[in-house]
Amino acid sequence: MIRLFRIVLPLACALLAFGATAQAQEDVLRVANVGEPKTLDPHFVSGTWENRIVGDLFMGLLTEAPDASPVAGMADSWEISEDGLTYTFTLGDHVWSDGTPVTAEDFVYSMRRILNPELAAEYASLLYVIEGAEAVNTGQAEPGALGVTALDDKTLQIKLVGPAPYFLEQLTHYTAFPVPPHVVEEHGNDWIKAENIVSNGPYVLNEWVPNAQVVLDKNPQFYDADNVAIEQVIFYPQEDRSAVQKRFQAGEIDIAKDFDSGQIDWLKENLPEQTKIAPYLGIYYYVFNTNREPFSDPRVRQALSMAIYREALTDKVLKTGEIPAYSFVPPGSGNYASGPAYVDWKDLPYAQKLERAKALLAEAGYGPDNPLELELSYNTSENHKRIAIAIQSMWKALGVETNLFNREVKVHYDKLKENDFDVARAAWIADYNDAQNFLYLLETRSGPQNYGRYDNARFNELMETAATTADLGARSELMSEAEAIAMNDQPVAPIYYYVSKNLVSDDVAGWVPNTKDIQRTRWLSLNR
Amino acid sequence: MLSYILRRLLSLVPTLLIIITVAFFMMRLAPGGPFDQERALPPAIEQNVLAAYGLDKPLWEQYLNYVGGLLQGDFGPSFAVRDFSVAELLAAGFPASLQIGGFAILLAILIGVSLGTVAALRQNSRVDYLVMASAMTGIAIPNFVMAPLLTLIFGVQLSWLPVAGWGDGAFQYKILPIVALALPQVAYIARLTRGSMVEVLGANFVRTARAKGLREKLVVMRHALKGAMLPVVSYLGPATAAVITGSVVIETIFDIPGIGRYFVNGALNRDYTLVMGVMIFYAVIIMVLNLIVDVLYGLLDPKVRH
Repeated sequence: MIRLFRIVLPLACALLAFGATAQAQEDVLRVANVGEPKTLDPHFVSGTWENRIVGDLFMGLLTEAPDASPVAGMADSWEISEDGLTYTFTLGDHVWSDGTPVTAEDFVYSMRRILNPELAAEYASLLYVIEGAEAVNTGQAEPGALGVTALDDKTLQIKLVGPAPYFLEQLTHYTAFPVPPHVVEEHGNDWIKAENIVSNGPYVLNEWVPNAQVVLDKNPQFYDADNVAIEQVIFYPQEDRSAVQKRFQAGEIDIAKDFDSGQIDWLKENLPEQTKIAPYLGIYYYVFNTNREPFSDPRVRQALSMAIYREALTDKVLKTGEIPAYSFVPPGSGNYASGPAYVDWKDLPYAQKLERAKALLAEAGYGPDNPLELELSYNTSENHKRIAIAIQSMWKALGVETNLFNREVKVHYDKLKENDFDVARAAWIADYNDAQNFLYLLETRSGPQNYGRYDNARFNELMETAATTADLGARSELMSEAEAIAMNDQPVAPIYYYVSKNLVSDDVAGWVPNTKDIQRTRWLSLNR
Repeated sequence: MLSYILRRLLSLVPTLLIIITVAFFMMRLAPGGPFDQERALPPAIEQNVLAAYGLDKPLWEQYLNYVGGLLQGDFGPSFAVRDFSVAELLAAGFPASLQIGGFAILLAILIGVSLGTVAALRQNSRVDYLVMASAMTGIAIPNFVMAPLLTLIFGVQLSWLPVAGWGDGAFQYKILPIVALALPQVAYIARLTRGSMVEVLGANFVRTARAKGLREKLVVMRHALKGAMLPVVSYLGPATAAVITGSVVIETIFDIPGIGRYFVNGALNRDYTLVMGVMIFYAVIIMVLNLIVDVLYGLLDPKVRH
């Protein structure tokens, strides 16, 4: 080994002589994106790591402010009809990066494209709130049936199936981004290649080397280019959290979009200013298979959920600031003034929760003579395993025998989709900031997305009424009432609300933590 | 010799066909599919997606389509990466893996053979023990321990070299991964060389060479080393194939845009076409390198004639 170091050292020294380590450039932002994009075509994107790149390249009718709240994007202004069903947008004088004007017709083309069944866009269902969208996407109607119309070059009208107070925010989402018709028609699927791509956002694609980096350059044609400080942004795909952290420490990257929870003590001690933890719109939960005995019995589900010592999980197991969850919708979710409906046993001391859980289980016919045995499935991950093991021992205190089943992610979700499990780990990160985006998962009509096949007529009815209610207050009340029913039934045991974890260098200015964890590069600047 | 090589090359075809067939069907036996994910797809959309990739057809038809595509040089689209085809991914990634792996194996041969020879010549001396102890350590310390250790020392603490990344492909980004990849190979080759060298040094032809009064340097370099290389050469065939096709550990830790991770990630993602593409690529490389080893054997060992 000593001999080997003798070889390595002179080599390293020689390189040192001509300045080996890449120097941080003044106006180049380097982001550890923690994931290789599947595509940069906004109509096929599905991951947060892809959104970070695509959202710098393209811009919808609305876009994200520094704190990720929706603000005017391609549309300068808009009007909403009295019944909340018709939106009319007036576009500003914007151009694509090749100088072609962005028109209302481009948006019509783009919406029809993502909903075309032959295109097979996985995320198209997010737009089903638009009139005719579902019929077009399932091949039951012609593209012309879609309620998106260009009244003239600069005026776009969108009709909805129901009043959706989250619709404006949804337009900041990548499913609603426009694609350039003149380029897509010319190059087909290759339109997204670096040599062809044309975009309308603050940045343009310079290059994408698979598994190495995606480089974006500032778009001089962007309407607000004067206020865009960063000339170039590089996204690195590296997923190895500990390697990413080392690169951050060495000054090779400015923002790391995630870090290893196990490092939290070290980070809090050594990089307290750079370690940013903020609430995030996501829920980590266990789902019960309501089609399978004995999980069809609400008492069993309640007992198991009650016996989970959530505070111990967040404070002792995770330690990254996650918040114990006693509702399915995270607090702070949009259009939810009446707030999440918590379980009624939320504030009981743990000892009493355990007592109540034992009593419920005994009522359901399980006890020392007839112990409940169940399978708990989770997908491969160090944190999922640690949580499952902790919960296994918590349930043991109830007299429940838990067998842990670890499966790789694809198999796990296949089983969930097929409704083949007892109790399983699942999670949901909001697509748009609205309580409905969580609660719809428990509706019967959500089919395979409703993993436990929870089926409560009253819950369904309340959610369907909420979908057609324009008044925000009344809609919120309806959803709260629905959530209260679900929390009483416990088809899911909420465990914790997610947090976002970032490492942000002192050099970066303008970085605002927010519940969507979206900080677009156009708002950032570097002080080196 | 030429007809031997041609015959061997021809025999690749049926072997490949068997590998492709077995791999294709085994992979489909694994539960889960490329589009099972955290966010379940609504049934109508899942139908659209499966149809778009031809996954709604019967398995035998998919197999025939795949083999048909291969015959025309089409490895198909990747399921996990939409903007690049499997062929494009392999073409973009292989040069990086080849550079890292190629340099690593050259470094390993150079150092490993020298160390092994020195140890054999000074058998049971302190030098021998030191070399062999380091070799054992080198084999025992896995890559995923050695690589972070190297980055911690030379990247974070000393800041001499980049911690990870590929940058513009400049050489300083490649040093640590090459060293990390080479170390276990150095150790292995040193042990192999020492073992066979010790054996060869006691062989009759070496005694004859010495008896003729040849200088010790010539005895070792010209006669002994050639014989001692045989086990090393046969080890190098599969080792080179493994190293130049990329190591998932090294590529993940150093963020190298190689093809090593495609095999593991492809399998986890159920990216059928990518796994098949990588598998075929590996199979061809391994078979070709084995052929080269056999040819080299003929040159090194007078007892082997093709």
